[in-house]
Amino acid sequence: MTPALSVGDLHVHLGESHVLQGISFDVPSGGVTALLGRNGVGKTTTLRALMGLVPRSRGAIVLAGDDVTRLPTHAVVRRGVGYVPEDRDVFAGLTVEENLRLAERTPAPRYELVHDLFPELRERAGQRAGTLSGGQQQMVAIARALLNENSLLLVDEPTKGLAPLLVTEVAAALERAAELSTILLVEQNLRVVQRVARDVVVLDAGRVVHAGPAEELLADPDHVRRLLGVHGAATVEEGRPGA
Amino acid sequence: MSTFVLLTITGLGLGAMYFLVASGLSLIYGLMGVLNFAHGAFITVGAYLAWWFGEQIGGGAGTRLVVGGAFGIAGGALLAALVELSLIRPLYRRPIEQVLVTVGLALALGALVQGIWGADPKPFPVPSWMIDTTTILGANVPNDRFLEIGVAALVLLGLTAFLRYTRFGLVIRAGVENRAMVSALGIDVRRAFTIVFALGGALAALAGVLSGVYFGVVDPTRGTSLLIFAFIVVVIGGFGSIGGSAIAAVAVGLIQQYANYYASSGTGDLAVVLLLAVVLLVRPSGLSPKVAH
Repeated sequence: MTPALSVGDLHVHLGESHVLQGISFDVPSGGVTALLGRNGVGKTTTLRALMGLVPRSRGAIVLAGDDVTRLPTHAVVRRGVGYVPEDRDVFAGLTVEENLRLAERTPAPRYELVHDLFPELRERAGQRAGTLSGGQQQMVAIARALLNENSLLLVDEPTKGLAPLLVTEVAAALERAAELSTILLVEQNLRVVQRVARDVVVLDAGRVVHAGPAEELLADPDHVRRLLGVHGAATVEEGRPGA
Repeated sequence: MSTFVLLTITGLGLGAMYFLVASGLSLIYGLMGVLNFAHGAFITVGAYLAWWFGEQIGGGAGTRLVVGGAFGIAGGALLAALVELSLIRPLYRRPIEQVLVTVGLALALGALVQGIWGADPKPFPVPSWMIDTTTILGANVPNDRFLEIGVAALVLLGLTAFLRYTRFGLVIRAGVENRAMVSALGIDVRRAFTIVFALGGALAALAGVLSGVYFGVVDPTRGTSLLIFAFIVVVIGGFGSIGGSAIAAVAVGLIQQYANYYASSGTGDLAVVLLLAVVLLVRPSGLSPKVAH
């Protein structure tokens, strides 16, 4: 079966830094693949490179058999890729409703789904996004990606800085989204990874150092500690590598 | 009292032209991060095209002003779009080269205008009713001032409505905040760049036409002199803010007039620079934050 995403020998330089040093991995179609690693190993850069938001020095990005390596960001998105950035990047001066309207790409945007997952967004439609709490802004960021039918969602640390209750809500939204699209998820919270991810890819110093089923990795405390810097499978309950 | 009224309405007329130039500059910088030093050339070219086309069609001053003015505005928009597509687009993310190119283009277009039409000022078609005056609170105000203020007010309303109620306006407002994220929503932001540049060119040319009415002539240095104050207006108003530009343009136009009369002739420019310094010290980001509205 053709992978939803195939990355081959991807290199990214940011200034003098060789951030991604030839990473290769596949994201199987359906479900969630988690991209893990300690802080600063290149996870966010990987997603930004896939989106065309940072220049790629070398390598190939193939989306469901379609080479998108040289496409500009908007063209990658129009091939069916949704993006939830690490810092949410909601448009602070626009209302919630305007943030969502801007994201509409298809004739039938899925407002029903979005409002079902995040009823609060309906109530706050007229509120400027810059005045929302961090959790509410995250809802807007995820809702923008879910509004259109995408084959792949790139989601960068959606639970970062959120209260535990909101983490659960976001994880539930990811599970629901995974029924509709393949997801490549960067996530530090291993509890969320354990709940939603089927596969994992682990980066270290700009290279892929592990790829396989999530369950297998998370069941091996030594391996988790070695790769992610947290202690044992039991710590998955609260584990945040690199924290 | 009558002097104060005359100074105020004249200052508002001048501010109206500053606003027309500054609004385009502000949107271009806010959305694209391009400091467009060629914007003054769009003013000059627009004014000259309006004068030249008016001369070609002949007829009364009113006809020459309206038809010639429309031609000049269209020419300004087209020129700006061509500049964006051919010179600016290849240089995105290269701000130093952009500055060099736009400065060079301003010099080249100024020389071109002078080469074609000469350095002497050309009499601009101004209908006689615009030269006539209307008495307000004892002040005899030239009627063209009301035209300049009225046009600028309509442009302000139109731009505000465009930014607030159209899909394209939404893209511009979002792009001023974070253009990378606009692209990440699947929107080709380059198209927005071209349209904003063309819009800025049209508004600059409109300012050129109105300046022809205000001063009664067009000359090759018109764009440069207006551009300097428009830049000050943009900095005071806040990059990307149409409302901020409008307030700043009125403030600059009025202060210039008041200082020139009540202090001494020539201190108007100094007063504007002082205002700029105060704003930069107190609110470095200008009156409005970097949000198009």
